[in-house]
Amino acid sequence: MTDVLDIEVAGEATGPKNGVFAAPGQPGSVVTLLPRYENFIGGKWVAPVRGEYMANVSPVNGKVFCDVARSTAEDVELALDAAHAARKAWGETSLTERAAVLNKIADVIEANLQMLAVAESWENGKPVRETLAADIPLAVDHFRYFAGATRSLEGRSTEIDKDTVAYHFHEPLGVIGQIIPFNFPLLMAAWKIAPALAAGNCTVVKPASPTPWSILKLAELLQDVVPPGVLNIITGPGAEIGKALASSPRIAKIGFTGETTTGRLIMQYAAQNLIPSTVELGGKSPNIFFADVMDADDDFLDKAIEGLVLYAFNKGEVCTCPSRALIEESIYDRFMERCLARIEKITQGNPLDPTTMLGAQVSKQQMEKITSYVEIGLLEGAECLIGGKAAHLGGDLENGYYFEPTILKGHNKMRVFQEEIFGPVLAVTTFKDEAQALEIANDTLYGLGAGVWTRDGNRAYRMGRGIQAGRVWTNCYHLYPAGAAFGGYKISGVGRENHQMMLEHYSQTKNLLVSYSTKPLGFF
Amino acid sequence: MNRSPVPRRVQATAAALGAIARVVADVGPVMFFQSGGCCDGSLPLCFRDGEFIVGDHDVKLDTVGGCSFYIDHRQFEVWKHTQIILDVSEGEPEGFSLAAGPECHFVIRSRVFDADELKALATSPADS
Repeated sequence: MTDVLDIEVAGEATGPKNGVFAAPGQPGSVVTLLPRYENFIGGKWVAPVRGEYMANVSPVNGKVFCDVARSTAEDVELALDAAHAARKAWGETSLTERAAVLNKIADVIEANLQMLAVAESWENGKPVRETLAADIPLAVDHFRYFAGATRSLEGRSTEIDKDTVAYHFHEPLGVIGQIIPFNFPLLMAAWKIAPALAAGNCTVVKPASPTPWSILKLAELLQDVVPPGVLNIITGPGAEIGKALASSPRIAKIGFTGETTTGRLIMQYAAQNLIPSTVELGGKSPNIFFADVMDADDDFLDKAIEGLVLYAFNKGEVCTCPSRALIEESIYDRFMERCLARIEKITQGNPLDPTTMLGAQVSKQQMEKITSYVEIGLLEGAECLIGGKAAHLGGDLENGYYFEPTILKGHNKMRVFQEEIFGPVLAVTTFKDEAQALEIANDTLYGLGAGVWTRDGNRAYRMGRGIQAGRVWTNCYHLYPAGAAFGGYKISGVGRENHQMMLEHYSQTKNLLVSYSTKPLGFF
Repeated sequence: MNRSPVPRRVQATAAALGAIARVVADVGPVMFFQSGGCCDGSLPLCFRDGEFIVGDHDVKLDTVGGCSFYIDHRQFEVWKHTQIILDVSEGEPEGFSLAAGPECHFVIRSRVFDADELKALATSPADS
């Protein structure tokens, strides 16, 4: 991440003119803003059938900044109509053209990197230096990755015997339903949309209720890039349109990122329609620091310290937030002292200021949840080492949703060690040896991510293979390159994203079993 | 039987009970399922009764306002030493949950059971 930040934030060409980016719609802003946004269906802006809209709040200042469609099941049907109308032509589009469209999407995002970065920061509350350096560039790369992946994906054939050949073709599933989380409104959309389109499917996307707008800004750019109906976006409440989309007999697959209960509901709807689903449901990722990280005071130790502080990345609103730090007992005091000193240097403030390191939580609801978790942590006997309360930044930010970077020290049976808080709250504990580290790491319902920090390569390998999680970052954390499979063990979900294998997950397998023999079987 | 009273596993506030009554009047019987995990995990999700298929291993924690309140059995194991307080807060629900009224959603807070309460609960396990 350091390298990426160096490139993007230090570059003057991508920086704001006067220190802080102007809010969308304000004079000098790189983002234009309409008072009201409609659904993106069939390449057009379509008003919701019932004419209802809902307010979209910026967590930066707690104020409404635009309205978006409050869609209903009727709008889901319109989006599905458009997707089905486009399905055949898009499914038959040559790989050359399909990849070209994906590359064009990437080019357009890249050309508008600053605009999308500011839009997403304003809507989600994440620091613009993260959207400039991570979210948007990664989204660009993701589309390019799948443009290449779909060109290189080959079907297989098997010579069963000298006259019989089994050919295997990838065929599109058809129309996909995709439900996007609020924590990376554009990157998580890219993770879902890119493989679906690359495999020749059309999609209906429902962004998360707190972050419906930035993806509509993306749609404005894609209107002339993606053929009408291939990508459709509808906004509205999950209970209404999320359900209507996920339970629709007109979709061939549903993709979802969110919490466990809705994940089960999604799989339940999929079962009722006998269609596949991919669900990513969060985690409680351990980040493990062995004593040898302090064998030298060098770049690697510096990297490990940053590795712990990465729990505050995207204000902790990350499915793989390294929210449980396990530190070897013998270095705990010295290591934590260094980490706390680093955390004290975190600057919290206006997310549109490129020097801001910690922005606003996405919603008031999330703020309340984080507060209640810190409360229960303290009630269970955890010790608050730093932070622990809402941050009041005054001025225009006073009504935004800011929480101080927080560390709670306790033990792994506490609820703050067992549940995803989705805030800048780290639960820290110690271990005596490798066996205990592994035991604590795996003592969780979840298994999405993990981090292992050690100078001992053999131990890193043993731990990496021993931890029951879909991804184990080894001497790094929070890297999300296209091409590294991402998904959960245990109740963290079913399926993978972010890898060429997704093309298989978004395809049917057609087997043509061909006999080149002229002889009958001889049975009848 | 003369032992200390078994505490509620889920205690609804007056605001939550009022909201439940209004939601039930509006859409018919509802149920709650305590979620976990990503995004709006840790929220109590409110569904039309029967919308969510309760599994054989789910745990019914309590009945609040006439509605069943469930949790996943694995999650129950790590939550069972705490009482859930069901309440209502401003803002739309973020997942597939029904709203607790206009611009309102259900939330939980938690409280750690004391030793006596845990003892009483031990003799009266939650339904499963």
